[in-house]
Amino acid sequence: MSFELETAVNREGLRRVAIDPVSRVEGHGKVTLLLDEAGHVREARLHIVEFRGFEKFIQGRPYWEVPVMVQRLCGICPVSHHLAAAKALDPVVGALTLTPTAEKIRRLMHYGQILQSHALHFFHLSSPDLLFGFESPVQQRNIVGVAAAHPEVARQGVLLRKFGQEVIRITAGKRVHGTGAVPGGVNKSLTAAERDELLADADQMIAWSRDAVHLARRLHESDRALYDEFGLFRSHLFSLVRADGAMDLYDGHLRLRDARGQIVRDAIPCADYEQHIVEEVKSWSYMKFPFMKDLGPARGWYKVGPLARVQNCDFIPSPLAEIERQAFIAHGEGEPVHAPLAYHWARMIEMLHAAEVIRSLLDDPDLLSDQRMNEGTKGREGVGIIEAPRGTLIHHYRVGEDDLVSYCNLIVSTTHNNQAMNEAVRQVARRYLDGRQLTEGLLNHIEVAIRAFDPCLSCATHALGKMPLVVELLTADGSLADRVAHGG
Amino acid sequence: MSKQFLLDGQPVPFEDGQSILEAARKAGHYIPSLCWHKDFPAHGSCKLCIVKAAGRHVSACATPAKEGWEVESNTPEMNGERRGLLQMLFVEGNHFCPSCEKSGNCELQALGYEYEMLTSRFRHFYPDRPVDASHPDVLLDFNRCIFCELCVRASRDVDGKSVFALTGRGINKHLVVNAESGRLADTDFSKDDLAAHICPVGVILHKGPGFAVPIGERTYDTASIRSQKLKEEES
Repeated sequence: MSFELETAVNREGLRRVAIDPVSRVEGHGKVTLLLDEAGHVREARLHIVEFRGFEKFIQGRPYWEVPVMVQRLCGICPVSHHLAAAKALDPVVGALTLTPTAEKIRRLMHYGQILQSHALHFFHLSSPDLLFGFESPVQQRNIVGVAAAHPEVARQGVLLRKFGQEVIRITAGKRVHGTGAVPGGVNKSLTAAERDELLADADQMIAWSRDAVHLARRLHESDRALYDEFGLFRSHLFSLVRADGAMDLYDGHLRLRDARGQIVRDAIPCADYEQHIVEEVKSWSYMKFPFMKDLGPARGWYKVGPLARVQNCDFIPSPLAEIERQAFIAHGEGEPVHAPLAYHWARMIEMLHAAEVIRSLLDDPDLLSDQRMNEGTKGREGVGIIEAPRGTLIHHYRVGEDDLVSYCNLIVSTTHNNQAMNEAVRQVARRYLDGRQLTEGLLNHIEVAIRAFDPCLSCATHALGKMPLVVELLTADGSLADRVAHGG
Repeated sequence: MSKQFLLDGQPVPFEDGQSILEAARKAGHYIPSLCWHKDFPAHGSCKLCIVKAAGRHVSACATPAKEGWEVESNTPEMNGERRGLLQMLFVEGNHFCPSCEKSGNCELQALGYEYEMLTSRFRHFYPDRPVDASHPDVLLDFNRCIFCELCVRASRDVDGKSVFALTGRGINKHLVVNAESGRLADTDFSKDDLAAHICPVGVILHKGPGFAVPIGERTYDTASIRSQKLKEEES
């Protein structure tokens, strides 16, 4: 793998172009490009400009507070942090297994989260680029533009997300930042009325999710030259899989495939993650760079998220999504698909899988049972790993004799993709921007590449009170009267 | 015929010795409080029961009712005062409702909603108050203390243990544990003590349950603190 373009030589004489902030992603980041006099790209970096302090300030807090506190990392996928923390802390209350009710309600919550987050990303954040083109007028390139030009697509996107949010509300108590998962189980079951409320719409969600897969596939296949090549780079693929190799986004063991599709590490127990993954710090970003320890930083980095998961598993255990997975695999013609824009197609396959899982769980009478909690001999340490919408999410805690957290380590989905996103940025910069007059549309190519990964930059690191904000006061004729900027 | 005073224009009967707050609550009128408890003498420290009686601002819990008084309580002026007091209580401690297990059951939070407190208004003090997790059954999170002294009074007057005390003066006032080490584990405090069940905020917490009660079933999810307190008065 190449780290070319990460750091330019003789940086002083180069022209700096910044995309700040990167738009239509969650959280705040910026891209900097250094160009020479001829406009050739000499350096391209995705910077994460926020600082996260959660690992530190969670220390000294009681362990049972953690699943609720740490989910505040994020407003988009708090359920992932909520569940990863609860999973990590189950052994602390001695719950080495969960009751069927607790496990199924947590799964329902998680797949609701996958559904709403994937719908948000595809329809609200990415579809403007994909439907209108990367250099389309910026005034149109947003969800309002999609609603005007493709009202049914936008409507389905909004309602898919709404359904996912309702699943979360019913299982966690609130659409955002609920309290459903507690160490050892869950704090509520479903009532029959709640189950029926979700059942009323569940089949429609499967149908719409299937339509979304077909839309993403059509877009991809309609311009293979663009979709297969844009920002292309090859890397390992990393994710959880179930013991039998099935896709499982809630639990399983860790698996790594190489860029050619060969399984090179398999059945790694979650508790052993530290033996395999280390993180490198680079001075120019608050986000670390994880890699497989025995492969080293140059060869051991990898992709996570839908593109990795759909190809890392042996099959998807729901019928409609499995059919779509097979079509996706066939597209690679015997090789793994590494194209960043294929993330969208893979993401929609996962959304369909999530809709199918939700539908099948709703038939399960365990959801209505009061057998919600397990406990046993208390432990002092736990690792919880979950496949969040954006990829593998690792929470690791140690708890003292006094029940206070003494150690916390989080490796967040987007962090795993740090090197991959930087690589995509460099590929696009080299291919589309090098030597050309930069326009907004050209710079949007960089953002399109980043967006494909659906990064959650606020999860990967965390702002402490600094939001990038620019306020401009315009006169009646449109000229700038005043401008205030802070943060960022 | 019993004596009476007017509360916001409504006649409220009272008996000699009853405070304005006691008489009002008994008659079905809500005057807010945090430090007042029906089983203890009036304390008058939180000041949320502030009313205007005979033209003067007084604590309703500590002021005996008087025949013929005209008392203003549920007025924009008095409620504005209460909102200001609540804002001061919030900035004096470290109250992070989003991750507090007392959320939904906390009287301070419920009053914040009741009096439409939308901002903290004042500069936060961010006091440094380490938690005490030494006791096997109970955690003390001093960050949330509002100095109502209910635990001090319950431990001293009912439990007979005097486990808690306030120390320091003025802005440096804080709750301490009455042990040479300052640790709860080094007292005879028990999770069954009244003091372990009387905190109106999230200082004295029983270890373990945490967020066991789901959102929607917590005390103030279903009814406002106003109606909850009046219901308690009836029962």
